[in-house]
Amino acid sequence: MINNLNIMLPEIFLTLSVFSILMIGVFIKNSFNLIFNLTSIIIGITIVIILTSPSDEEKIFLESFTRDAFSNYFKILILSSSLFVLNSSKNFIEDNKLDKFEYPIIILLSILGMFFMVSSNDLILFYLGLELQSLSLYILASIDRDNLRSTESGIKYFVLSALSSGLLLYGCSLLYGFTGSTNFDIIASKLIEENTGAVFAMVFILVGLAFKVSAVPFHMWTPDVYEGAPTSITSYFAVVPKVAGLALLIKFMFIPFSNILLEWQTIIIFISIASMILGAIAAMVQKNFKRLLAYSSIGHIGYALAGVATGAISGYQSAIIYISIYVIMNIGAFSCLYLLKKDGQYKENISDLSGISKKHPLIAVSLLIILFSLAGVPPLGGFFAKFYVFVAVLEKEMYALAIIGLLTTVMSAFYYLKIIKTIYFDDSFITFDTTKNRNAQISVFTSCIILITFFLYPSILNNFVDTLFVG
Amino acid sequence: MNFPILSTLIFLPLISSFFILLSRDKTNNISSIYISLFSSFATFFLSLFLWYSLDFSSPKFQFVEEQSWINNFIKFKLGVDGISILFIVLTTFITPICIISCVNSVKVRIKEFLIAILVLETFMIGVFCSLDLVIFYLFFEAGLIPMFLIIGVWGGARRVYSAFKFFLFTLLGSVLMLVAIIVIYWLTGTTDITQIYEIKIPKEYQNILWLAFFSSFAVKMPMWPVHTWLPDAHVEAPTAGSVILAAILLKMAGYGFLRFSIPLFPIASEYFTPLIYTLSIIAIIYTSLVALMQDDMKKLIAYSSVAHMGYVTLGIFTLTKQGIEGSIYQMISHGLISAALFLCVGVVYDRLNSRMISTYGGLVNYIPKYSFLFLIFALAALGLPGTSGFLGEFLVLTGTFQKSYLAAMLATFGVVLGAAYMLWLTKRVIFGVTNNPDIKKLNDINKSEIVMLVSLAFLILFFGFYPLPLMETFNVSVNSLITNYETALISN
Repeated sequence: MINNLNIMLPEIFLTLSVFSILMIGVFIKNSFNLIFNLTSIIIGITIVIILTSPSDEEKIFLESFTRDAFSNYFKILILSSSLFVLNSSKNFIEDNKLDKFEYPIIILLSILGMFFMVSSNDLILFYLGLELQSLSLYILASIDRDNLRSTESGIKYFVLSALSSGLLLYGCSLLYGFTGSTNFDIIASKLIEENTGAVFAMVFILVGLAFKVSAVPFHMWTPDVYEGAPTSITSYFAVVPKVAGLALLIKFMFIPFSNILLEWQTIIIFISIASMILGAIAAMVQKNFKRLLAYSSIGHIGYALAGVATGAISGYQSAIIYISIYVIMNIGAFSCLYLLKKDGQYKENISDLSGISKKHPLIAVSLLIILFSLAGVPPLGGFFAKFYVFVAVLEKEMYALAIIGLLTTVMSAFYYLKIIKTIYFDDSFITFDTTKNRNAQISVFTSCIILITFFLYPSILNNFVDTLFVG
Repeated sequence: MNFPILSTLIFLPLISSFFILLSRDKTNNISSIYISLFSSFATFFLSLFLWYSLDFSSPKFQFVEEQSWINNFIKFKLGVDGISILFIVLTTFITPICIISCVNSVKVRIKEFLIAILVLETFMIGVFCSLDLVIFYLFFEAGLIPMFLIIGVWGGARRVYSAFKFFLFTLLGSVLMLVAIIVIYWLTGTTDITQIYEIKIPKEYQNILWLAFFSSFAVKMPMWPVHTWLPDAHVEAPTAGSVILAAILLKMAGYGFLRFSIPLFPIASEYFTPLIYTLSIIAIIYTSLVALMQDDMKKLIAYSSVAHMGYVTLGIFTLTKQGIEGSIYQMISHGLISAALFLCVGVVYDRLNSRMISTYGGLVNYIPKYSFLFLIFALAALGLPGTSGFLGEFLVLTGTFQKSYLAAMLATFGVVLGAAYMLWLTKRVIFGVTNNPDIKKLNDINKSEIVMLVSLAFLILFFGFYPLPLMETFNVSVNSLITNYETALISN
């Protein structure tokens, strides 16, 4: 038993360190910097622990907790993206007086929740992980508690998310009722026979998960929360919970629901198409950069779901590649926002970007690369993300999905081009402060370099992703 | 393994653009200009060497480079044959001319402009070298980014509208091609075109796949009725942008038809020939008429490009030896002539800031050297015997006569219209009465402009009188293209 605990080493380490730094925060005054740095170190150590742990499949606690290549991949993705998001937003947090010591601790707690989500092999453990994550996110959304918008977004997120969690829980209990087990593998084996009740349960669970990844028609919270929450939180929202949510969705489709593929496939196709179209159209009229990124993220989730909708392993793999590249692009895009500071105020309107190519050529060219990549124009990384998804979709001969997806790519190219137009073609009005925000610069630089050089070795992610599905 | 000459050719401009990015001259951008000139000339001579060492007597792809790229899936495969080498040389020849011209005409952000041109050159050479559908698509689409910026940042008054129209039209056309490429992958298990040539795509898929490729090439070509982005893009683009657009980007589609549509989908190509004939004839006659009515010189030349591209598509889909050879000849010669005409417009635009025909008149009295060269180019554009423009059109019409009298007659009528708008343009700009006092103060062309225009004029006349070097280059490749096409039809 004790030997088996190695399997949970990352979670155990994370839990213990969260409690320890919480104590530090309580007993030492003004310890934000200390805790912030400790958090980065903890994340770094956890990455090392996961990298050194074997990736063969092991299950413990009555097979409710799995450690395998799949969960390890997502844990690393979650940790490394959190590391970049946290560090690039450090200056922003300090400038906006958000430097409470709880901030990094809550982030760590939400990471812990996501760890349990991606590792769970049981409805109960999965729900516990999801709730730990959600509760942390409610607090994060309203962390700027004296700001009306932040509080509003927190409440909005809480109410809607609680509703979806309720639906999810209801689905879980139905599933338990109709299959007699909470274990994913047993549920899967029970669903070989026709089971209408389980299909009901599946719909409820799908609704809950679609809410977490903000897919249409359960996306309503996204733009408001993205805009209302402080940028540092928004960038976290845009990246990390999406990864965990998608991982969970794939896991549900791959293990418990693998035998009712025909039932959920139509729903996912619909959600995917609706997200792609809404993401493309609604983003066109946005004036706030964060709000625009919210709609763009809805669209991107649509593409990732198109990969899931194939119901094939190649499709899941393409969705995972998609979300990984999406993470890189979004970290870059949000880190650019941290560099746009004028008189201590961070600018987030698209019109503020007007003509920055003249005075800030480096920020401009980074945004150019990131935006073209988001639009999916070759030879940048974003193109390959879409390419793999469409390869998987067309393998299953889902032509309509592929063609709609590509047409929405053209539509969404329009609003990305509009930002590029603002940056490059318009006259400049604002000169931003030359900030010494090294961390954000490093994030932008890393993401741009990855996106540009991705075409040199585009199968780098495939090598990892190919090993994720054994079974 | 031999020296990877094609990769060097492709990535040399990209690497030198990186050096320009790093160069730090704030005042006059001299070092950026020298780096870009040096690298573009190096690329040009490298491509000449490639042309020289290519074995014309073999229809096979040569200098083939193969590298695993996406695991077990797509190989990074490059190669040239008698057809593509000419387009590569055309690209590498036009690029240094653009760089020289932009030194005169681009006033702001020269460094960025040079970077954009060199990056674009990389993508253009890549298009003509790639032997894999995905690589082709990658380069084909990637060219949109620098061109979008060239039109948008350095363009004229309505540049935003034109840049968006250009980008979205072309992107919309090409996404269907991407679907088709992936479908081909799932049908044949490869995207390497030399292998697909062998495997043959099933008959029932050919028509739909052909249409998907066509949607992309028709927009890029551009064919009527999706040509509307071209006049806008040409008018608003800076001179160098227009030159590249007309001379090279439009040729990508014609090249695409030759390299992909016909060999991959022979049965569909046969099936859709009437469609192409109709669209080409409409393009030739309609856009020639539209060109007659233009007040704007650049717009006139842009519409004439659409008409000339109509001959190209007509010639390609006659699927006769003369027709295809004529189309290739027409593409190369149009690349030279339209580049020269846009440069000519650029020369007077730099001086008087107007593209309107009515601004000019009687230029021959004040700037004779310029007028003489302009006359040569205008005559070449209308296809006067002795210029390269004549041979292309003549061969295309010869090819068309073998297949359809009606199409050939209508296309010949277009030649007359072509003469009409070009001569009328020359009459109004070069000859006629000078109403504008500014014209009297015009300076004749300077040394760098002479270098550009005279070298173009020389090539236009040289290939008009002595077409053998070009004909020899693509002769065998065209023969094998037609043989393969005919065997595919017979075996069907």
